Amino acid sequence: MSFKITSAVIDPAARKRELERSTAGACVTFEGWVRNHNEGEAVQALEYEAHQAIAEKEGERIVAEALEKFAVSAVCCEHRVGKLAIGDCAVWVGVSSDHRGAAFDACRYVIDETKARVPIWKKEHYASGTTGWVNCATTARPARSEDGSADDQN
Amino acid sequence: MTIEVTARYFAAFRERAGRDSERVSTEARTAADLYGELARRHGFADSIARCKVAINDELEDWNAALSPGDEVLFFPPVAGG
Repeated sequence: MSFKITSAVIDPAARKRELERSTAGACVTFEGWVRNHNEGEAVQALEYEAHQAIAEKEGERIVAEALEKFAVSAVCCEHRVGKLAIGDCAVWVGVSSDHRGAAFDACRYVIDETKARVPIWKKEHYASGTTGWVNCATTARPARSEDGSADDQN
Repeated sequence: MTIEVTARYFAAFRERAGRDSERVSTEARTAADLYGELARRHGFADSIARCKVAINDELEDWNAALSPGDEVLFFPPVAGG
């Protein structure tokens, strides 16, 4: 499977071996890491949720599009779900190709389309003790919230 | 005509609605109409332009027609990466 949703730690070295081709002269990889801040708020941890079946199906479409649009040999992508700590690798994209240009372009395409289209959601846990779903206007009702998040946090 | 469907909620929608899913009796004909109805009921604040919908585990257009017994999955704005 070229596009995988996983709750396990991503192993870039293992995924990279899937890209090996004797015709390939370039390999471009991208890693998305959990950082300790977002839009001025100190972030302590992230939680990713996905609809695994639909995410993997849409992800495979993106990989197929990349193989079609760019002169590349192999493409793969893996995205974590569950609770991640600062510095953890949340997403990994790897592309191999004869020449570097196509590999850079395809790698960028896969991460950009993944962020825009694949049903994965990110909940930030802030140092202030509140939480927030990234990109979302909808927030939990304060009365229902078990984590003290407020309605105006986004 | 009223039909029965199952609505499933994810991420921020699930937390806001306080449930994973519910049976809904609705006169909505499309996924967009059903979202409008449920957004009013639960206070979902995201416009459909930024959300996605799946019916029976396939991503669909918001204009997709609903059939009795469908499972309609409401996805708030995605944020992978």
